[in-house]
Amino acid sequence: MSTMIQTNVQVYAVFIKASPEQIWEAITKPEFTSRYFYGSLVDSTFEAGAPYRSWSPDREKLWVDGEVLDSDPPRRLTYTWRALYDEETAAEEPSRVSWEIEPQEGGVSKLTVVHDQLERAPKTAENVAGGWMYILSGLKTLLETGEPLSS
Amino acid sequence: MNDDPVFKALADPTRRLLLDRLYERDGRSLTELESDLAMTRFGVMKHLRVLEDAGLVVTRRSGREKLHYLNPVPIRLIHDRWIDKYTERRVSALADLKHKLEETA
Repeated sequence: MSTMIQTNVQVYAVFIKASPEQIWEAITKPEFTSRYFYGSLVDSTFEAGAPYRSWSPDREKLWVDGEVLDSDPPRRLTYTWRALYDEETAAEEPSRVSWEIEPQEGGVSKLTVVHDQLERAPKTAENVAGGWMYILSGLKTLLETGEPLSS
Repeated sequence: MNDDPVFKALADPTRRLLLDRLYERDGRSLTELESDLAMTRFGVMKHLRVLEDAGLVVTRRSGREKLHYLNPVPIRLIHDRWIDKYTERRVSALADLKHKLEETA
């Protein structure tokens, strides 16, 4: 992905055979995120204004620090994103992550992740470009089969 | 999810070119995408529609413009489902063969 010119907006989408409620749970519960999000443990009340945090699997290190901007379960969640797992991304301005869940026909939901406000976070843009694809693929596999992706 | 629309969308050189152009720079309008293609606006729209139906392109509104974004997730899913499974053994078998042939040459 290194030759790709990063833009300030990245959009990823996937259709998952699951209800919006199941997807919301997978995004907001650490027992789920630990199985598809690099082992990380999400930690937030998911109310607007509350901190959004993501911890390393051993809870020793804070990997992502942010603030919940907008929360409308089980349809929409937006928070700021500052990745602390890397020195260069940690030094950048916060960017913004939005999850949108739209129910479709046949018990399928469309999940869209928009990572934007990356103007002042070029290293973050580069860092997350391959990551979201891997995460959404893993989330789909987990919800549809009950098993995490084998790495 | 059915893989057919993704394989069909990828089985066309113009559509692969459109994906490559979005890979180079993401978030483009139809006007930008059609600018250096020897094709009518309608033709480009049709191809974008196929890519969108396959989930390979996602559109977002930005003011009055509709911007097109490359969504690599379906390709990743094809990779996980189809490529990983078959390539590992085959590739190592070919590598062994190449090694043997070169040894005897």
